[in-house]
Amino acid sequence: MDHDPMPMRLFIRHTTRYTFDTPASHGLQQLRKTPKSTHHQQVLHWRTDVQGGRREVAFEDHHNNVVELISFEREAEGIVIVSEGEVEVGDNHGIVGRHIGPAPLWLYRRATDRTRAGAGCRALIREVAGETELDRLHALREVIARAITFEIGASLSDWSAEDALAAGRGVCQDHTHVFLACAREMGFPARYVSGYLMLDDRVEQDAAHAWAEAHVDGLGWVGFDVSNGISPDMRYVRVATGLDYGEAAPVTGLTIGGGGERLSVQIEVAQQ
Amino acid sequence: MARRGTKRDFGMDLSTWSGSNRAMSGTVNETGNFDEMWGRDGALRAPYERFQSWFDGEDPKNLRAKQREAEELFRLTGITFNVYGRAEAEERLIPFDIIPRIISGREWQRLSRGIEQRVRAINAFLHDIYHRQEIIRAGRIPQEMIARNDAFLPQMIGVAPPGGIYTHIVGIDLVRTNDDDFFVLEDNARTPSGVSYMLENRETMLQMFPELFSRNRVQPVQNYPRMLRQSLAACAPSGSGGRPCVAVLTPGIYNSAYFEHAFLADQMGVELVEGHDLRVVDGRVAMRTTRGYKPIDVLYRRVDDDFLDALNFNPDSALGVPGIMDVYRAGGITIANAPGTGIADDKAIYSYMPEIVEFYTGERPILKNVPTWRCSEPEALTYVLDHLDELVVKEVHGSGGYGMLIGPAASKKELAAFRRKLRARPGHYIAQPTLSLSTVPIFTNKGLAPRHVDLRPFVLVSPEGINITPGGLTRVALKKGSLVVNSSQGGGTKDTWVLED
Repeated sequence: MDHDPMPMRLFIRHTTRYTFDTPASHGLQQLRKTPKSTHHQQVLHWRTDVQGGRREVAFEDHHNNVVELISFEREAEGIVIVSEGEVEVGDNHGIVGRHIGPAPLWLYRRATDRTRAGAGCRALIREVAGETELDRLHALREVIARAITFEIGASLSDWSAEDALAAGRGVCQDHTHVFLACAREMGFPARYVSGYLMLDDRVEQDAAHAWAEAHVDGLGWVGFDVSNGISPDMRYVRVATGLDYGEAAPVTGLTIGGGGERLSVQIEVAQQ
Repeated sequence: MARRGTKRDFGMDLSTWSGSNRAMSGTVNETGNFDEMWGRDGALRAPYERFQSWFDGEDPKNLRAKQREAEELFRLTGITFNVYGRAEAEERLIPFDIIPRIISGREWQRLSRGIEQRVRAINAFLHDIYHRQEIIRAGRIPQEMIARNDAFLPQMIGVAPPGGIYTHIVGIDLVRTNDDDFFVLEDNARTPSGVSYMLENRETMLQMFPELFSRNRVQPVQNYPRMLRQSLAACAPSGSGGRPCVAVLTPGIYNSAYFEHAFLADQMGVELVEGHDLRVVDGRVAMRTTRGYKPIDVLYRRVDDDFLDALNFNPDSALGVPGIMDVYRAGGITIANAPGTGIADDKAIYSYMPEIVEFYTGERPILKNVPTWRCSEPEALTYVLDHLDELVVKEVHGSGGYGMLIGPAASKKELAAFRRKLRARPGHYIAQPTLSLSTVPIFTNKGLAPRHVDLRPFVLVSPEGINITPGGLTRVALKKGSLVVNSSQGGGTKDTWVLED
């Protein structure tokens, strides 16, 4: 019989630093950096501080994400956004549970520009076999991992699923986009998840993580991490979801004026 | 860019219908047609009695001079508003016909009950479709009609617009076929245009024929800008205070309806703004003034959804305000009409309007829909294939009259080609019969002559109620037998009277 281990308490600090070579005249950033409590993750405390900008509004979007709009002013030379908090995570073998909304489940069958299945995705789907829906989704995860080698810096952030397949290399974002494109093509509602993963051997993580969730009748949403070859466990903290990276990204920005924008991200995830 | 260009027209309007109309010209039996002045049999209809006795006493030469004078007045209006130079005023001039279209108070009462019912249903539908989607759960609209519809705006899911209003301004396009039969052609639930013509037409008639208005008790339309402002103000977010700040957002001078935007802002006494005048400040959308930024409570936007917010929608748009959707979703501003209302006036949804009206009002629809065969349904497809030469077939998601078939005007070859298309992708098409549209006389060199018309009444919606301006904009196909009322294709306008009974 399965024995659920004790929940794990993770401390997270995510620092995003934007530096402008020449000052911007005005800019906006949409943040999706606040994790929510679900039945397997409990947000104990969380805060986001913004230096060099101001918080304009906050709302919950149609994927149930907490969204904050940040503005920054003329003469701003940089912004520092620090999100930090503690989250207690239990293991439920990747099963997130029934669909809550507010978006209807059918919305997650919509292809986006980044997740439109083309010849590459359809070829992958032909390799997928399995008895149950769950089997086939796990098989899909494996097929994608074989087709796209994980390689940091190999892909561009605006690549589509087909772009990544054509290159045969990519990061978690690319793996996830391909998974979404194929899963939707196979008839599953599927969504992008951005969040954190505590890699056991280190505190400083390379980047924010991304994985996919597909909706399976009877189980609800189930997570699949192509890059690590597993379904999420208690080292994963879900932060935001969407149809693709564009809707779940930690930061989406728009700058008016200002030349050259440099970004640095520092993420620490540690077990307390 | 949406609608930028120099073509004078009322947006999209009847473009899809006009295609079918074009083909029908010449095929309609003019003598058997319903004329709103002379009926079917040449007996003067009651609403026109006083007008007719006045007209009989007028010298045609004098009227011809008046017609020219009217056109000069329109030119001057454009110039007065500093919108156009003389040459451009000439360019934007839409022909005006001095013979009013007259509707009795009784006819109007019935019509306005139908419009009100339809507008209530549209707002209830929009709320439902962006929340629980009961109408889909109840099986009254197939899920794919929404799921596969580009007009459905996911960013509106779960959003509560201030006051619960989605369509603050609606222009419902109607045609008439008989004494009591009005059909809805299109529910314009996005940003209906043309109301400035309604106002200008009345102003011109009042100036030129004051005696007509003392003989007839015509219900006023001139308070529309005041009602519009009042109605918009009543939709302000809670906490906006006693006198909410209203502004009109225009894409700018290159937009074909710029004159109307400027005119309405002026008549309402509110600011006319462009995207670059606005930005997010202190959690609100604010406009730049000489004394700093002033927050806007209600933005009457004449910019399409896609161009409204470069942060949330089309990133290349410079016409909107980045972040306005965030402020909207946080409850900090009213956008009129609400984003995402296009799902209610979509062609694919149109054929479900009778079901929509019944579902949300529990009543039978008062206004008729043009009967529509959805070719996705096998029985409908069989009928359409059998009667293709009598029907107009349209693409569900097409617009502008492209990719449509006008059965009565099509050649055998065209019909055969379209049959193949229909069989291959039936779900892409709907079909409608051709209607025998009513006529109203226009003033010609040879006296009165019947011409086909449509009607766009303007409806204001707020938590305080629904206000329908009596009359609306009558568009008339000036060419004999033509059914094309588009201003870019030989259409003109008329003053529309609703009489006090």
